[in-house]
Amino acid sequence: MERRVIFPNKLLPYLLIAPQLAVTLVFFFWPAGQAVYMSVLSQDAFGQSVTFVGLDNFKEVLNDPDYLKTLWRTLFFASAVAICALVPALLFATMAERVTRGATFYRTVLVLPYAIAPAIAGVLWLFMFSPSTGILAYVLKKMGVDWNPRLDGDQAMFLVIIAAAWKQISYNFLFFLAGLQSIPKALLEAASIDGAGEWRKFRTIVFPLLSPTTFFLLVVNIVYAFFDTFGIIDAVTSGGPAKATEVLVYKVYYDGVHSLNLGSSAAQSVILMAIVILLTAVQFKYVERKVHY
Amino acid sequence: MRTEAINAIGRNSNWLPHAVLWLGVFITAFPLYITFVASTLLPQDIAQVPMQMLPGPHFWDNYSEAWSKGATGTYLSPPGKTLLFNSLIVALVVTFGKITVSLLSAYAVVFFKFPGRMIFFWMIFITLMLPVEVRILPTYAVVTDLKLINSYAGLTLPLIASATATLLFRQFFMTIPDELVEAAKIDGAGAMRFFKDVAIPLSRTNIAALFVILFIYGWNQYLWPLLITTSNSLDVVVVAIKKMIGTGAEPTDWHIVMSTTVLALLPPIIVIIVMQKSFVKGLTDTEK
Repeated sequence: MERRVIFPNKLLPYLLIAPQLAVTLVFFFWPAGQAVYMSVLSQDAFGQSVTFVGLDNFKEVLNDPDYLKTLWRTLFFASAVAICALVPALLFATMAERVTRGATFYRTVLVLPYAIAPAIAGVLWLFMFSPSTGILAYVLKKMGVDWNPRLDGDQAMFLVIIAAAWKQISYNFLFFLAGLQSIPKALLEAASIDGAGEWRKFRTIVFPLLSPTTFFLLVVNIVYAFFDTFGIIDAVTSGGPAKATEVLVYKVYYDGVHSLNLGSSAAQSVILMAIVILLTAVQFKYVERKVHY
Repeated sequence: MRTEAINAIGRNSNWLPHAVLWLGVFITAFPLYITFVASTLLPQDIAQVPMQMLPGPHFWDNYSEAWSKGATGTYLSPPGKTLLFNSLIVALVVTFGKITVSLLSAYAVVFFKFPGRMIFFWMIFITLMLPVEVRILPTYAVVTDLKLINSYAGLTLPLIASATATLLFRQFFMTIPDELVEAAKIDGAGAMRFFKDVAIPLSRTNIAALFVILFIYGWNQYLWPLLITTSNSLDVVVVAIKKMIGTGAEPTDWHIVMSTTVLALLPPIIVIIVMQKSFVKGLTDTEK
């Protein structure tokens, strides 16, 4: 799409675009290039000797059973977060669409977690589930659960999933609500007249019409679980116990910062970049298609 | 007949939606409430199992300690006011930085024709795909080379590189009618005059929505500040809270952690509540 009427200046547009371009080149293209460059080199921990190793770092990463385990763990984590954040959000949005009294109040409260940093969301849940003093840990113990996420990997995973999903419900809620509000009321009334109950209307009309929103949110939630949950995991478990909650982004950070395995970390970065680009492409392709509806 | 009866119940009694929504409110607010309660208790009261469910009398003591002294223990935090100040700087610089560079570059791409325009646009566009988390170590290396470690510039500049705002303003600028530009030109307004007097005022709603999204984004940064600052005095509050929590050897000052947490939650929560309308509209309109 092009504008018909434009301004004639020759130099001005370059000046206008220069700041953004400068920031992008210095903090985006340069590091991304570095990542690709480092991913084909092997460097010892002291930075003394560097050798070109081609795709060895990638081969090493992709053949590393630890990396593959982390990959599967990340997929599990992302699916669990997406489901736990999408289902309640859809339920709350469906209900919020039906009420008038108190609608603003409900929305205001449900939106709050959006404003909360992932790391802080992690701290809140860590505190409530802290084995010795946490209020929810107390409830679990009363119920006979042997609760100790510092030792039990599955419990630790459960905890980070809950914290991550809790934070993401807000976002999903807003989009589902916007989606629901755009469904023509006449359709639902027609169905009511034909004798369809609430559940049937939801299943046959609302849910199918909402599917573009649901699909969009699914991608967004997976991207969120892959990349934005670093703070939650670092605050709640630091990837432990025994790597039970280590996801891909955490591994990039850990291998690079703590293990100083720069070549491997860079190769992992490049793989992650490929994953994001793939997810974004899926999202855009789908958005394109939706335009043709 | 049965379905009709059920429909009638569904229509007349409104209790189900409210019950479900109250459950939602409970799930959302309970962790925040517990945090607030803990922030008003003494450490030994917090350690009581189960912890009491009503606020205690130590609100002022805890908050003034968190505000002017901070945490002690393995991590000697700067006072809470310093932490909040650092977060505020990061949030505001990132917000205004992103909005400014994006307004300018979107304006350039939409209202001018110049060689390289589409290449520049795609170069900016592609940054949309790579969050900081993915390119964290190479970016760290670049910032080290530029000697920006341990500085506000190092904390904020790399976060300004992103395309979301540019795309949004580009989209919006496309919708400004040609007639308006024509009229301005006839009246003798140049490109910058039009930018200042027409394009920016018209973008008010978009700017407001972006302000909320970006302020929260900036305030909540974690991984980047964690890496880029080695001196505690530059810690942002989110990072500091995580550092205050002991790893086992030292007990955690939960009353300070919790009152600092409440302080850290207030600015983004106030922003989102006060600007809720433009935020909700902006978010759902723009991100698709």
